[in-house]
Amino acid sequence: RGFTGGTRSDNKVTVNFINRDGEKITAKGSPGDSLLDIVINEDLDFDGFGACEGTLACSTCHLIFTEEVYKSLGPVTDEEMDMLDLAYGLTDTSRLGCQICLTKSLEGIVAKVPESVADIRQSQDGSS
Amino acid sequence: QRCSPKVCIVGSGPAGFYTAQQLIKARQDVEVDIYERLPVPFGLVRFGVAPDHPEVKNVINTFTQTARQSRCSFYGNVDVGTDVSVEELRQAYHAVVLSYGAEGNRTMGVPGEDLAGVHAAKDFVGWYNGLPSCRQLRPDLSSETAVILGQGNVALDVARVLLSPLDILKMTDITQPALEALAESQVRRVLIVGRRGPVQVACTVKEVREMVNLPNARPEMVGADFEGVAEALKDLPRPRKRLTELMLKTALEVPGEKEQQRRSEASHAWGFRFFRSPVEILADPERSRTAGIRLAVNRLEGSGEGARAVLTGEVEDVTCGLVISSIGYKSLPIDPSLPFDSRKAIVLNNMGRVQRAAGLYCSGWLKTGPTGVIATTMNNSFDTARSLVEDMDLGTLDVSVVKPGSQSVAALLEKRGVKPVTFSDWEKIDRVELSRGEAVGKPREKLLTVEEMLQVARS
Ligand SMILES: Cc1cc2nc3c(=O)[nH]c(=O)nc-3n(C[C@H](O)[C@H](O)[C@H](O)COP(=O)(O)OP(=O)(O)OC[C@H]3O[C@@H](n4cnc5c(N)ncnc54)[C@H](O)[C@@H]3O)c2cc1C
Ligand code: FES
Repeated sequence: RGFTGGTRSDNKVTVNFINRDGEKITAKGSPGDSLLDIVINEDLDFDGFGACEGTLACSTCHLIFTEEVYKSLGPVTDEEMDMLDLAYGLTDTSRLGCQICLTKSLEGIVAKVPESVADIRQSQDGSS
Repeated sequence: QRCSPKVCIVGSGPAGFYTAQQLIKARQDVEVDIYERLPVPFGLVRFGVAPDHPEVKNVINTFTQTARQSRCSFYGNVDVGTDVSVEELRQAYHAVVLSYGAEGNRTMGVPGEDLAGVHAAKDFVGWYNGLPSCRQLRPDLSSETAVILGQGNVALDVARVLLSPLDILKMTDITQPALEALAESQVRRVLIVGRRGPVQVACTVKEVREMVNLPNARPEMVGADFEGVAEALKDLPRPRKRLTELMLKTALEVPGEKEQQRRSEASHAWGFRFFRSPVEILADPERSRTAGIRLAVNRLEGSGEGARAVLTGEVEDVTCGLVISSIGYKSLPIDPSLPFDSRKAIVLNNMGRVQRAAGLYCSGWLKTGPTGVIATTMNNSFDTARSLVEDMDLGTLDVSVVKPGSQSVAALLEKRGVKPVTFSDWEKIDRVELSRGEAVGKPREKLLTVEEMLQVARS
């Protein structure tokens, strides 16, 4: 029993977030957790992050990765791409944090929280 | 004894709540009071967002956390501009943030606009979402074709609600009267009309994909509208490109066998109609109701986002019994003293600071105009809160004088016979709505009149 208890915490995956002020924040999550889960469980203070609570309806959990990490994150669904298209500061290596599940192979990845520069031309609603 | 800075927020939509959240977080001493015209909070999250988009409404959980903080108070059932003036609020508080949204709507300005069978999307949306002022709308759904003018996300929300299978709508918080009317609906075909072309539509790709995937409905587009569009794709930024590709594929690609079968069996149809502007709503012979719409045929001058629609002189009549104009919401000035830009329909401001009015701020659709999703509103509201905090920190906004805050406003309201609804009163309404919903297998059954809301709040 003590043995399994020991490996449990060893099983955790470390993620390095870079917040909007450029500070690095290191947090851990269990395999299967999403990056949004880590932000919530660890009470990380990224203003407005995860507004729709991980239901693919908001794009506020936008994160930016290096090209290499991006490739290792696996395929992106059309639905995730659709929401990403509304994100501020969209890049070619952007993903939605609520759609990325931790695996052991993601140990030590860096995820950048983008700045929220208002650009009202990017998304439209209500006008034609 | 030091007095805490008192801030008052007008309107409890996303802008009001996100501004409050940021203020409370940034300063440990600030107290925030939110005044709301209706007895219920959350603005367009409750009365705008489509009933089949429940995920979008999850933001309510965060708003509720903010409202339950000891430094935040909610005063519903208070109409600012009528029950209490902006000036009175400015007297009572160190700062006032206007975030009362965009409650008016742009009109088409064409003959026949007043005929029965013509509605503003704002009212139609308010009707299926239970906005008390739209309860009597009773849209006539007895004809086969409906025309929606405008191609933004609101237009697609309306199209989806008109065409969705009842089994889907039944599981949402759509109002019971709307559900009953839609059960009897004869509308089988919805045309979504825009002045310009496929590359200029104002909707987003998620909403178009929902149309493409709508059960029992087939797309019905005009192939010729997409001439030259494939060639223009490569120069478009990614969001616009993916949106255009999806429309192009839907309009021109020959579908696989399964999809072909699905389309041929579908009893409903929808389609975009591009390069068309409304000229006149056509009446039936008795001139009592809508029988069709006359559209002018446009051509584009220029390309991309800036392209202009120019009349060709040709017109085209479409037979339809329902016309819904979805050409935009519009903010209204609630006080004659506000520096208001009536063309853009916004309060003139600099980073949320209302021009020439110290201590007065704005956020949300009133600040930016009625565009963007909740995330857009969130960011611009955070920005306004940052401006306000900066002014407090730098002393440009004097918070050293003692201000009475809600105390003096409460006295004014009492004198005027206005009884505010608190957040815990709203939570009573919430519980009643949730349990009424549960009884009929819906997430919520909304109360439809202000009277009933107040009755439950005071029970
Ligand atoms: C039909 C529709 C569907 C939408 N769907 C989505 C969606 O699916 N996803 C998404 O992200 N965004 C959606 N949006 C956009 C989103 O609703 C807006 O971005 C957001 O609600 C704007 O917030 P606001 O606080 O500025 O205005 P509002 O939400 O309109 O809030 C304004 C509040 O002020 C109150 N008020 C008005 N006048 C007064 C007064 N005189 N005194 C006191 N209170 C007053 C109103 O009652 C209201 O509660 C939709 C918008 C519409 C119109
Ligand atoms: S939390 Fe809304 S899309 Fe991820």
